[in-house]
Amino acid sequence: MNQSNTPTSGVSVDSERRPRVALFVTCLVDLFRPSVGFAAVKLIEDAGCEVHVPAAQTCCGQPAYNSGDKADTREIAEQVIEAFEGFDFIVAPSGSCGAMLKKHYPELFAGDPAWEGRANAFSEKCHELVSFLTDVMMVRDTGAALSAEVTYHDSCSGLRELGIKEQPRKLLGAVDGLTLREMKDPDVCCGFGGTFCVKYPDISNSIVTKKTGNIDASKADMLLAGDLGCLMNMAGKLKRAGSSVEFRRVAEVLAGMTDTPPIAGSGK
Amino acid sequence: MQLTSDRFKQQAQKALVDAQLQRALLNVEKGFIGKRQMAADALPEFEALRDNARDIKNHTLAHLDLYLEAYEKKVTEAGGIVHWAENAEDARRIVLDICRKAGTKTVNKGKSMITEEIDLNDYLAANGITPVETDLGEYIIQLRGEHPSHIIAPAVHLNKEQVEGDFRRVHTHLAEARDLSEPAALLSEAREVLRKQYFEAKVGITGANFLIAETGSSVIVTNEGNGDLTQTLADVHVVVASIEKMVPTLEDTAQILRLLARSATGQDMSCYTTYSTGPRREGDPDGPKEYHVVLLDNGRSSMLGTEYQEMLRCIRCGACMNHCPVYQSVGGHAYGSVYPGPMGAVLTPSLNGIEKTGQLPNASTFCGRCEAVCPMRIPLPKMMRHWREREFEKHLTPATARYGLKLWAFFAKRPKLYRLAVSFGIPALSALGGTKHRFRALPFAGGWTRHRDLPAPEGRTFQQQWQQREALKQNVDQKRAA
Repeated sequence: MNQSNTPTSGVSVDSERRPRVALFVTCLVDLFRPSVGFAAVKLIEDAGCEVHVPAAQTCCGQPAYNSGDKADTREIAEQVIEAFEGFDFIVAPSGSCGAMLKKHYPELFAGDPAWEGRANAFSEKCHELVSFLTDVMMVRDTGAALSAEVTYHDSCSGLRELGIKEQPRKLLGAVDGLTLREMKDPDVCCGFGGTFCVKYPDISNSIVTKKTGNIDASKADMLLAGDLGCLMNMAGKLKRAGSSVEFRRVAEVLAGMTDTPPIAGSGK
Repeated sequence: MQLTSDRFKQQAQKALVDAQLQRALLNVEKGFIGKRQMAADALPEFEALRDNARDIKNHTLAHLDLYLEAYEKKVTEAGGIVHWAENAEDARRIVLDICRKAGTKTVNKGKSMITEEIDLNDYLAANGITPVETDLGEYIIQLRGEHPSHIIAPAVHLNKEQVEGDFRRVHTHLAEARDLSEPAALLSEAREVLRKQYFEAKVGITGANFLIAETGSSVIVTNEGNGDLTQTLADVHVVVASIEKMVPTLEDTAQILRLLARSATGQDMSCYTTYSTGPRREGDPDGPKEYHVVLLDNGRSSMLGTEYQEMLRCIRCGACMNHCPVYQSVGGHAYGSVYPGPMGAVLTPSLNGIEKTGQLPNASTFCGRCEAVCPMRIPLPKMMRHWREREFEKHLTPATARYGLKLWAFFAKRPKLYRLAVSFGIPALSALGGTKHRFRALPFAGGWTRHRDLPAPEGRTFQQQWQQREALKQNVDQKRAA
């Protein structure tokens, strides 16, 4: 078994040097919320790694993949693998992009003699940010402090494809001054679903309305999640309704970087 | 029923503003989800059973021809008759022939999705034979001239006041003073009417949850006992079942049964699990004089060996639709197909072609909850994605979506060009967002902003800022070196 996949063994790289981590920024973080990227850089560096950001990255290919456009998805995936495979780890601040790299790239190249092996080796090195910190770098406390009552939404891909459930809660539990108030059905979809939310806006609205009702009922003053798409959806919905709840990517809180305005602003 | 899946979007929009339907749909979440979870949690071997069940069905499907032949032999040995039906028309004709030979004017029916799939009721009625549904939910929707909106709870889209109205409309013998406000009163009223009917029909038609190759038995699983009365009181019992209901042995059946009710209703077992093997034997106190099995293919054999084969493991528990946020929002009728929800989104294109059903596999957020609860571990989202791929290959994807995707992919595949474009566009968009940091409306973003604001970008892209930071670092390093 490849050691890098065994959580308890920590990192498998040469102990003489720090692990070289390539940050897969994700397109949404790159374009809409760079502060999540810088929070990720800080968290990974604090965990003892060296962070690199390959320039030849755009998107993981999910929009094409989930629209049935396999040819474009493959071209994008090949580009990502080429740019990232030379690093010790590939880390993405997103459950759905993380699952795309880790779970779906190998499916995409299954049976392809030229790419299958590369895709599988690449997949072994891929991690979603929070689970990378807890399961690979064995981080238990990021040293952050935030006086807030927060609730946490489990984004679907991270939860069901990568098994991310306890990891963010553990790290949030160590944040000084923070109280976690679980909402009803934190593991139910928010209705984002990538292109789904614009293909079927009314159904998406019905789903997100249930979610924002649960957020409100939790009485938390901040919602945290691991995926920017879900956050933009829930924030956009609640802000239009005039809510004062703040929305942030969990990494911002863990990195102690909450001085930027929250997603969709702080005002009603 | 007439396939209207190509109007899914319009049908869904209607469903979303139907206040009565929305109230009724709350029962799906309340009635099924917590109960399933409790039943699964209470059984330590639940996950292991799922693995076993998957393996049993995979094995059966890999040798389906052999098991079907073995099954037919056993049915024949027990005195029954197997009829092979390639498609819906064959199956309907076979059933009609049996009814005519039996000389019956009416048939009783146990709950069966397969007879919905072949439109049996309309066909029998058009040929002078009155079908009577004996499952309470099915009976209600038959009174209303509707189709099931859920595969195990056909009338889940209705509330009890609507049912009372239907009963008063059709059961003209009902005294006005009779209290029908409680579900139990509705049930006993239906039971009174149906009890007489059990003795009127010479033919009883049921589906099957399992067909067992080892013994030639068919198995039905019910909670009302109506299926048993349907199949034991009639002179002729006709089982209509599709070929993937096959399991090799009684032991295999027992294993999958432990998953079925738990996944469906959260019961350990349903109230009745009934095995039928051939007609009444000499000395049997009851049972039908004839036992027929109509074995339907209807497109299933052509799913074998394809990326949709795993769908044939489905045992029709309904857990996928109970847990689906889309189904919970729009209900079953919006899908415009016999089988709604995630399992329908995979199966319907297989049975009816992707051309008219393409919306179904698209109407999913890919949240993966269906796969997480599927007792047979069917990778439903993956198979929906395969349908999207077929759709894309056949150029069935709407042109605007297709061109939009191609334009996006053009840039996504050219990182330098992409950088250039977004390094101008994103800061500009950010500035437009102003101090509110969000948009109420934006050109080309109507799908998003119809119901929610669009958060504005923070400012310059991460890559712009990162490159600047790296350049500064290098400068400092160089100065230090100098």
